[in-house]
Amino acid sequence: MTAPALTVENLSLSISGANIVDGVSFAVAPGEVLALVGESGCGKSLTASAVMRLLPDAIRQTGGRIRLGSDDITDWPERRLRDLRGQRMSMIFQEPQAALDPLARVGAQIAESLRLPRASARPRVLRMLEDVGISDPARRIDQYPFELSGGMCQRVMIATALIARPIVLLADEPTTALDVTIQAQILDLLRRLAVERQTAVLLITHDMGVVADIADRVAVMYAGRIAETGPTEAVFARPGHPYTALLLASIPRLSDEPKSKLAVIDGRVPAPAEFGPGCRFAERCPLADARCRAETPPLLPVAGNRLAACFHAGRVA
Amino acid sequence: MTRHIAGRFGQAVVATLGVLTIVFFIMRLSGDPTLLLVPEGATAEQIAQLRHALGFDRPLLVQYGAYLLDLLRLDLGDSLVQRTPVFGLVAERIPYTVALATGALLVALGIGIPAGVMMAVWRGGLIERALAGFVLAGQSLPTFWSGILLILLFGVTLGWLPTSGVDGIASLVMPSVALGALTMSTFARMTRIAVLDELSRDYVNAARARGLSRAAVVARHVLRNAAIPVVTVAALEVGNLLAGAVIVETVFAWPGIGQLAIQSIQARDFLIVQAIVLFVSVVYVGMNLLADLAYALIDPRIRMGG
Ligand SMILES: Nc1ncnc2c1ncn2[C@@H]1O[C@H](COP(=O)(O)OP(=O)(O)O)[C@@H](O)[C@H]1O
Ligand SMILES: [Mg+2]
Repeated sequence: MTAPALTVENLSLSISGANIVDGVSFAVAPGEVLALVGESGCGKSLTASAVMRLLPDAIRQTGGRIRLGSDDITDWPERRLRDLRGQRMSMIFQEPQAALDPLARVGAQIAESLRLPRASARPRVLRMLEDVGISDPARRIDQYPFELSGGMCQRVMIATALIARPIVLLADEPTTALDVTIQAQILDLLRRLAVERQTAVLLITHDMGVVADIADRVAVMYAGRIAETGPTEAVFARPGHPYTALLLASIPRLSDEPKSKLAVIDGRVPAPAEFGPGCRFAERCPLADARCRAETPPLLPVAGNRLAACFHAGRVA
Repeated sequence: MTRHIAGRFGQAVVATLGVLTIVFFIMRLSGDPTLLLVPEGATAEQIAQLRHALGFDRPLLVQYGAYLLDLLRLDLGDSLVQRTPVFGLVAERIPYTVALATGALLVALGIGIPAGVMMAVWRGGLIERALAGFVLAGQSLPTFWSGILLILLFGVTLGWLPTSGVDGIASLVMPSVALGALTMSTFARMTRIAVLDELSRDYVNAARARGLSRAAVVARHVLRNAAIPVVTVAALEVGNLLAGAVIVETVFAWPGIGQLAIQSIQARDFLIVQAIVLFVSVVYVGMNLLADLAYALIDPRIRMGG
C-alpha cells in the first residue's frame, strides 16, 4: 500500500469530561475512498472536524494524532493550519445549499480556495466547474446558490473543495440531502475525481447503500469507537461485528426477502454519560454476554484482511 | 429589480395616502376641530363664523377632498398663532431636525454596529462584557437625563462644547449623542444577534474549511448576511429618533420640529401639529421604502425574484 494521505491515530474527543470519540484510528491512501459509517450521533462529524482542526469550542481533543501525508499537524498553530485548509485538505457538507453563502456568486466562492487575484482565478474556476459536470459554466459561474438545484450546489461545493488539488477530501454525508438519482451521480463524480486526481476521500455516511456504491474500504463506527474496518467487499460478505451485520441487514433491498430478526436495530445509541466499562454495543447486541459488559473488546484482525472489535467475531453472520 | 422597486414604491404611495386619511379622520372624529382653534371665551357666534371660514361646516367627504387638494399644493393652512402659512413655519425647522437625526444616526450606526459585531465575534470574553455594560447604559439612561449630564460635563465643567442652541457643528455633537444613545444600543443588540445567527450557519464552517480565517469569514460573508435584519431595524429606528427629537430639542434648545411641536401643542396651534404628524409619517414611510431598496441591493434573491 502507498503511504497514506491521511492518518488518524487513536483520536479521542470529549465534551466537559465525557468521552465521545474513543481511540479512533484509520488511514486513507491517495485515490482511495474510505467510508466512515455509523448511526447518527456516533461521532463521525466530530472526527472530521478534528481532522480539519476545526472542532467546536466545547469539544476537547484528549488524545491522538492527525497526520496529513508525512506531516503531523496535531499541534500546528492556526496560522499554518489555514494554509492547509482548502489547499491540502478540504471538506464538503450535508446541506450543499446551506454550505454556500446565499449572497455570493458561486464562482467567487470557488475562487476563495485559490487565493489568486480574481481575473487569474476565473479560467481555473470555469475549468473546475466543467470537471464537476456543470453544463454552461460560463453562465453558472456568475449565478447565486438559490439559482442552482441542490445537486448542482453539491457539485459547486466539490469544486470549491477540489480546485486547489488537495490530497485529502472529507465528505460529510454529501448525498444525504439529495434525491436518489442525484445521489448516485454525485457519488460517481466523487469516485471519478478521487481516482483521477489521486485524492484520498473520507466519506462519512449512515447509509450502507452509499458505502456499497463507492467505498474501497469501510470503517464502521459505533458510539465513538471503531467497531470494524476492512475492504468493503469482505465486510459486506462476512461482517466481523454484530453491529455491522445489523447495519447490513437494514439496507432495503429490491427483492423484498423476508427480513431476518436482526433487520431492525432495537434500542438506541447510549449517551456518552451512559458508557460502561465494556463494549458500547452490548446493550443492543444479540451475542452479548457478561464479558462484553465488563471489558472493552480490542480491535483485532479477523479473516479477510479486516479488524473487528468483538469477542464473538467468529460467530457473527 | 425594476418590478421590485416599482412594487415597493406603489406600496409606499398607498401607505402615505393611508396616513393622510387617518390623520384627517382622527382630527375630525376627536370632535369639532373649530373648538380646538378658537381662543378661550369665544362666543357661539364667533365659533360658527370661524367654522364656516375654515370650511368645517361642509360635508366630511367634501372636506376630505379639499384637504387632499390642499396637500397637493403644499397648502397646510395658516398658523392660528402666527397667522402665516404652516408650510413655511414647519419647513424652516426641518433642516435642524434632519441635521440632528443624521448626527444621531451616525452616532448610532458608527458605534452600535461595530459594538454589535465585536460582541458577537468575541462572545463570552471580556470585550463582550465591557461592551454589554456600555450598551446597557445607552439603553437605560433616559434621554433628558443623559442630555443634562452631557451639558453639565462637556458644556459647563469642561467647557468644550456649547451648552445649547445652534452654533456650528460643535453644538450638534451633544444633542446627537443624547438622541443617538438609545438607537445605538438597539443597533448593537440587533447586530450582535444577527451576527451570532449568521456565525452558526453552515457556510461559515464551509468557508473556514477552505482556509478563511474567522475574521475573513466575518468580513466577506457574515456581515453582508447580517445586514438584512439590521436594515429593517434601521428603518424603524428613524421613526424613534424623530420621536426622541422632541425631548432632545427641548433640552438643548434646538430649533427643530420637535421643539416646534411642543410649542404648538402648548399654544394649541392645531394645524402645525397636524403638519408635523404628517411629516413624521411620510419620513417613516420613506425610510421603509429605502429599506426595501437596500434589501434588493444586498440580497440577489429579492433583486431577481421580482
Ligand atoms: N458542538 C457540539 N457541542 C456539543 N456536543 C456536540 C457538538 N457536536 C456534536 N456533539 C455531540 O457529539 C456526539 C457526536 O456528534 P457527531 O460527530 O455530530 O455525530 P454524527 O456525525 O456521527 O452524527 C453527539 O452526541 C452530539 O450530540
Ligand atoms: Mg454528522
